[in-house]
Amino acid sequence: MLTRPESATLPTNDTLTVYFAGRPIAARAGDSVAAALLAGGITVTRQTPVTGAARGPYCMMGACFDCLAVVDGRPSVQTCMTQVRDGMRIDRQDGARGLAIEP
Amino acid sequence: MTTQDTRTADLVIVGAGPAGVSAAIEARWHGLSVLLLDENAAPGGRIWQALEARGAKDEDDADALRILQAFRGCEADAHWGATVWAIDPDGTVYWSADGATRSVRGAFVLLATGTTERPLPIPGWTLPGVMTVGAAQIALKTAGLVPTGATWMAGQGPLLLLYAVQALRAGGRFAGVLDLSDRRAKWGALPHLPRAMRALTDLRKGLLWWNQIRRARVPWIRASDLHAQGEGALSRVRFRTGGRIRVEPADLLLLHDGVTPSVQITRALGLAHTWDAAQRSWKPTTDEWGASSLANLLVAGDGTGVGGALAATFAGRLAALGAACKLGRIDVATRDAAAAPLRAARARHLALRPLLDALYAPRPPMLDDTTLVCRCEEVTAGQIRAAATIGALGLNQLKAFTRCGMGPCQGRMCGATAAEVMAAARGVPVEQVEPYRTRFPTKPLTLGELAALNEDA
Amino acid sequence: MAQAEHASESFDVAVIGGGMVGTAIAYGCAARGARPALLDQGDLSLRAARANAGLIYSQGKGEGLPAYAAWTRRSISLWPAFAEVMASAASRPIGFRQRGVLAFCLGEEELEARRALLQRMHNQLGGPAAPVHLLDRHAVEAMLPDVRLGPRVVGATYSPEDCDVNALPLLRALNAGFLQAGGTHLLERTVARIIPRGDGFDIVSDRDTVHAAKVVVACGLGIPHLAPMVGLHAPVRPVRGQMIVTERLAPMLPIPGSGVRQIHEGVVQIGTTTEEGEIVPATTVADLARMAARAVQVIPALAEARIVRSWAGIRPMTPDGCPIYQQSPAHPGAFVAVCHSGVTLCAAHAGPLAEGILAGKLPDDVADLQPDRFDAHTT
Repeated sequence: MLTRPESATLPTNDTLTVYFAGRPIAARAGDSVAAALLAGGITVTRQTPVTGAARGPYCMMGACFDCLAVVDGRPSVQTCMTQVRDGMRIDRQDGARGLAIEP
Repeated sequence: MTTQDTRTADLVIVGAGPAGVSAAIEARWHGLSVLLLDENAAPGGRIWQALEARGAKDEDDADALRILQAFRGCEADAHWGATVWAIDPDGTVYWSADGATRSVRGAFVLLATGTTERPLPIPGWTLPGVMTVGAAQIALKTAGLVPTGATWMAGQGPLLLLYAVQALRAGGRFAGVLDLSDRRAKWGALPHLPRAMRALTDLRKGLLWWNQIRRARVPWIRASDLHAQGEGALSRVRFRTGGRIRVEPADLLLLHDGVTPSVQITRALGLAHTWDAAQRSWKPTTDEWGASSLANLLVAGDGTGVGGALAATFAGRLAALGAACKLGRIDVATRDAAAAPLRAARARHLALRPLLDALYAPRPPMLDDTTLVCRCEEVTAGQIRAAATIGALGLNQLKAFTRCGMGPCQGRMCGATAAEVMAAARGVPVEQVEPYRTRFPTKPLTLGELAALNEDA
Repeated sequence: MAQAEHASESFDVAVIGGGMVGTAIAYGCAARGARPALLDQGDLSLRAARANAGLIYSQGKGEGLPAYAAWTRRSISLWPAFAEVMASAASRPIGFRQRGVLAFCLGEEELEARRALLQRMHNQLGGPAAPVHLLDRHAVEAMLPDVRLGPRVVGATYSPEDCDVNALPLLRALNAGFLQAGGTHLLERTVARIIPRGDGFDIVSDRDTVHAAKVVVACGLGIPHLAPMVGLHAPVRPVRGQMIVTERLAPMLPIPGSGVRQIHEGVVQIGTTTEEGEIVPATTVADLARMAARAVQVIPALAEARIVRSWAGIRPMTPDGCPIYQQSPAHPGAFVAVCHSGVTLCAAHAGPLAEGILAGKLPDDVADLQPDRFDAHTT
């Protein structure tokens, strides 16, 4: 799996917290949501609307659309193209999304 | 169209990788107004991604950083987090940022959007825990993530070697590398060795990487018939090596089979494309100044054929020179004098290419019927073969018959494979299979954002 | 694969054009025991068949031409049984539903225009193709409990007997059924000439020459080039249609609307445009924006839906928008068939029209749908 080494040498080390299915995940400013999830051991962000198969980040560059998740109540967000924000809530997107924005 | 933003620019550049930033610097030098758009938060594209934040680790990085610094200082109007979703033939470029669309009309538009990874579809490749090598490299460069535990790499190509070296240097570990390249490719590559010697530095670099991986004792296994397996997520890899089947635990599998030019936008514009047999990809047809079949639409860098970062910088500069001359800012003599050394440098950096193309020649995939080709719509190789038997000759009729290519990725992940499967089913060369016709918007935007552009009452 | 590399055999019928019209006729002939060939170009031919909204739709059809209304009515009555045959030919669903179609009215002006149209159709000989009701907003809301309509929706016209289908799986089913019934695909052929012979016709393409006792010219915008060669006449002009398709959404629109339709996979199709004289199948931002704006006015919540793709197709349009069928007076056995509503009329084309072609006499239903209606000035 992909992990963040203790001896990380990135100059920015503002840690912040995002939540996946209510569970807190440590992240850093500048992480994509997908990277933060992977570092937190999460590889499944959605179930496809075609067969319900589990999917997660694959290309990390916005081309495959497998990393979609519900971010702060907003469905179909490409987590690899979205930067983390402190307190961000991420949930798995299961099947076809609904239309109304969840409060 | 939208009247809020009727701005114009001499040169609109899409993509801030090596070609894009070099073109910006060159164009600004000749007094052109430049507007540059990139989806990411900072310049660098893929190869120099987040370089400003990471800092230089070697001489190559230091050279690249100097170019990025020059770009920052050249006063191009740069927009980050900007996703281009449509381009009109008259040079109007539409992009989305923060949920709203803006537009600009360029006298010239330069596409410097690089490449996407060639898909390497194996049974189970859609399992969570299977990603591309490029994805892992992005995670390393932007978030400092390194592979640990039971991480396997599989495939072939320079990027696989480069990432292995970068990941090891950053403290990562690999359970092993599965070399899926064609063993006989070495012989096909030999004739290209003399020319490759012109790019001696690059050649030596590659050998250095190879040596570093060996010294780190990463198991390097010649393999075939790879399967990713697991229940709901990856938990093992299965492969054939030395005449027997091995099954090993795995929690991350990184696949790579080379890169191929991004043609989503060039196809949607209806530009002419040619088939590159050596790289087994389509690429837009361009002249020596990067002009496509639409004179005001330029393409430079890996998007015109994989050639590497340095070749891309020279291509970007040549495109800018061409535009500057057409706009009357420099005369032909000045243009040609400036271009000559750039062409020579570009040729030197491309000297290694035929060797690499032969060594890592993409192989026609051999998929069993149940392997997925279209990840979005979950269409299998078997379904593609069945469609060929009832009259689908190319990818557009295939799309109609099976929904293959109709998902959000618009065929980026499946087009190359679908064409190979269809070509094999029909018994024709793959370049005779009509590729997907793409149309704008080439990136998703919401109906609301699109509706906001409507000017009718 | 029943695809002939070199067509040396002779066929009962050669259908030129593998679109919605041609394939339906070819299928109908094969299903009736004939030996038909279906000639088609390559993957990227104009293919109006891929550019439609899949509605089996009667509203407004045949205004001023009662025969068209009647022909539409006949096709719709044949559709349910035809859909079952198609579904089994394809061994997969084709998404056929008979729940009616709603044509939303935004603003009072649209409502009045629809009301007037309904009145005219009602008063016409034979009446409308199918019953249509004018609904006020409350009635429409009651039919669509899972969506909130935009404030400008004042009502709709509703044709309860109309249907919708997934056009692309339908095309696939027609092809599969055609082959299963013994038809022969002759693909990657561009027909250059049709030569009448004593016992039939030679169809000369860039690959070979095919001989058939009868020939049906059903190649849409290619018709004006070929039809005169066998004494047929069918004026058509190109009209472009663009459409937007969203990501898959949870079910919310059980009844198709004429500009907003959710198919069973969950995607919502929005459109189409009708652009005269456009021959490049490209989308334009202005038109996409207009279609998006209308959709969002009908159902505001759609503003959040992401666009996954769009398409544009060039479709044939006849002078009065109504179909043209003809058997050549000079060369009996040569037929032309073209229409704008290939999906609605698909059942009729695969049924009575194919039967008539095989019998050498077009059905009486289409007697008034001949091209001579463009020459005479009838009142």
